[in-house]
Amino acid sequence: MAAECRLCTFYLDRLWFGIAVERVYEVIRLPAITRVPLAARAVAGLINLRGQIITVIDLRLRLGFEERPAGMMPVGVAARSENTTVGLLVDEIGEVVEAPECSYEIAPDNLPAESRELVPGLYKLPNRLLHVLDLDKVVGRDGTEAQSGRL
Amino acid sequence: MSTATGGMEEIVKEFLAESAEGLDRLDRNLVELERDPKSHERLGEIFRAVHTIKGSSGMLGYPKLESVAHAGESLLSGLRDGKLALHPALTSGLLSMVDALRGLLNEIERTGGEGCGDYTSVVRVLEELLRNSVAPATVMGGPADVPSDKLQAAPVASVTKIRVDVGLLDRMMDLASELVLARNQTLQCISSQTDSRLPGVAQRLKRVTTDMQEAVMKARLQPIGSVWNRFHRLARDLALSCGKEVTVEMEGSETELDRGLIEAIRDPLTHILRNAIDHGIETPEHRTQAGKTAAGHLHLRAFHLAGRVHVEITDDGAGINLERVRQRALERGLITPEEATGMGERQLAKLVFSPGFSTAEKVTNFSGRGVGLDVVKTNIERIGGVVDLQSVAGQGTTVEIKIPLTLAILPALIVSSGGQRFAIPQVNLVEVARLDARFVEQVYRAPVYRLRDQLLPLCFLDRELHLESSGAEGRYVAVLQAGAGQFGLVVDAVSDTEEMVVKPLGKEVGSVTCFAGAAILGDGQVVLILDVAGLAQLAGIVAGSRVQPLKQATEPGSSRERAAQSWLVFRGTAGSRFALPLSAVARLEEIPAERIECSAGREVVQYRGEIVPLLRVSRLFHEPEQDPELLPVVVLRESGLSAGLVVDRIEDIVEQFVDVRRDHWCDLLEGSAVIQERVADVLNLKNVLAVARPPTGSAADGSA
Repeated sequence: MAAECRLCTFYLDRLWFGIAVERVYEVIRLPAITRVPLAARAVAGLINLRGQIITVIDLRLRLGFEERPAGMMPVGVAARSENTTVGLLVDEIGEVVEAPECSYEIAPDNLPAESRELVPGLYKLPNRLLHVLDLDKVVGRDGTEAQSGRL
Repeated sequence: MSTATGGMEEIVKEFLAESAEGLDRLDRNLVELERDPKSHERLGEIFRAVHTIKGSSGMLGYPKLESVAHAGESLLSGLRDGKLALHPALTSGLLSMVDALRGLLNEIERTGGEGCGDYTSVVRVLEELLRNSVAPATVMGGPADVPSDKLQAAPVASVTKIRVDVGLLDRMMDLASELVLARNQTLQCISSQTDSRLPGVAQRLKRVTTDMQEAVMKARLQPIGSVWNRFHRLARDLALSCGKEVTVEMEGSETELDRGLIEAIRDPLTHILRNAIDHGIETPEHRTQAGKTAAGHLHLRAFHLAGRVHVEITDDGAGINLERVRQRALERGLITPEEATGMGERQLAKLVFSPGFSTAEKVTNFSGRGVGLDVVKTNIERIGGVVDLQSVAGQGTTVEIKIPLTLAILPALIVSSGGQRFAIPQVNLVEVARLDARFVEQVYRAPVYRLRDQLLPLCFLDRELHLESSGAEGRYVAVLQAGAGQFGLVVDAVSDTEEMVVKPLGKEVGSVTCFAGAAILGDGQVVLILDVAGLAQLAGIVAGSRVQPLKQATEPGSSRERAAQSWLVFRGTAGSRFALPLSAVARLEEIPAERIECSAGREVVQYRGEIVPLLRVSRLFHEPEQDPELLPVVVLRESGLSAGLVVDRIEDIVEQFVDVRRDHWCDLLEGSAVIQERVADVLNLKNVLAVARPPTGSAADGSA
């Protein structure tokens, strides 16, 4: 029985998040990001990752947190979502965690529906909660927000 | 267990890929066989292909596939042994076998099984053909059971070729371009070092990287024949159903181009071929009446020229009925009656590429359904190519397509706006001019620009993209072609043209319609490529009747007052003012100095597939010569002769009554006239064109 799940963890606005470790390629240097005018606000822009052009998403904005305070440099992570590579901006990288399956619980009812879509569940680890991010949902949203992001 | 199925999957995949290739060749071979039924070589090849499929399908456990292939094989072996003679019904039967095999293979590829399709009728037809064509005594027994030894399954494919996943090739291409960037950076660092060994190493790194990039590009090339293979079959089927006879000849099918392009030209080429057979080639009766062979000829030709791939499709059919084109274009409101009278043959012929145009009197099964040649044109232009068409009434039509070698590479102009760089595809770019704020005017709230007395709708890139405006200084206007109309895009600065490798945008940003893709620039940065049509839409500039193409103004017949004549006024280098009747002007162009070539001691330029001699006004009239990078050229055309007149600057297009005073002091001048209250010298076109064509013209040899 696969009783444990390995997650790559990171922090966003002091909350602790995790993505399945096999989805994460590497921590990336953040060269000049090319902004994409008219795209959703959470789209930080495009970067050149060794010849591949990838879209970088600011997870803080995507998950509805406040903008990163001035002076705090984001960390870039390259991850795989449905055959494409995307870049994610997070506050800080945490360690790789082996979370026991039995500690998993779906997101509580009082979580707003749109957050529940992106964060379907949590691992109750000793002393703290690890939020599980559904990467495909995070990346999958396109045009809808692109329109509202323009305002 | 899982490894076993994995291995099996590989085998099936291999089988499918090989069979698909075999089937493409089969189509072609069968059609050729029909023409040359005695060819044992072809028959042998066909037989081997079907035999291989039969053998493998039996081994892999595909009974339907096996039964169809078996029936086909029996028939083929009868042919091979001379017991049967080929006739059209038999060929059709064999082709339907190929279709059945293809259908089954597709089903297997999609679902892994043979599906529930019923192929017994195909088998029955094949058996029927075998029975009916053979003497009864020899029927049963299945001659296929004893294939001769040399016709056993094709030998194991040569080991010098392997199949490579396309995704892997694309990735290699990305990495190769990135390697070039890394190399450039390394070379920069190295130049500041003092170690004496470094230059040698750097040199080698440079060479190896370049070679590697080239090799990867080459790996993506495929012969155009891989598209053409199907055309034999297509032409045959189409001709049969139209009651026509067609032979297809192919030349240069080994011409290679990028596999992405191969995919992109498949549909346009098919469309042109259909058109040629459906509308171009006449019925055998009409052809014999016209003194032609009963069978029409289609000639496909491909070759490399000047870094591009040329594809020509020529038919010897009836040609395009220009009178009908003119009428149809008028009916559909594509041109005005004034334009219609002034249009030359070539211009008329090109109207068939206009949206919504179709001269087919009746809608047939294959073409003339409203989706016409305009789709072909759009698709070819999308990949950076151009389409041209020539037609001679009664003799046939040639469609010529010129496409770049690789799909991936797009020449584009880098501009910047609001502190960010963007790329404009060169195909959409008409010209770039400095924005003169005095000529920006408002029509209601819409900004327009007065360019050579034409109103050009303006779109400010920084406003449209919500970028920070960097003030009004040093602005440029790029005149862009969007569909049938043009508009001006205002940007802050214009830098170089670069050849860039286009990458699609991820789905996160793909919904922003004003970007066509992105590319990595020479410095490693990512730049967004503007989608000109999307931008026009965003800015609310709809390419409609109001957005008149600029060039229309330079074409004859568009003047509003017929009584007054239109004149093109331009300047020579010494500031002298010249005028030309606009009716002789085919187009205004800006030609880069490096495109000028030399032929028989004259300056010439390749222009739309023609070699056009250039005449410099400065030389004709002994004015000081200047060598700007972009030469303003007036393309003249009269009675079939064309020439490019290099001027210093185009001043204006004027409509007025002009009284030319024939006080000529030089052959090249008609006289002088007062145009817009100032004196201009009016050129004598006949004599000017004669200078451009000394061998055909009279003895005129330039100025006195």
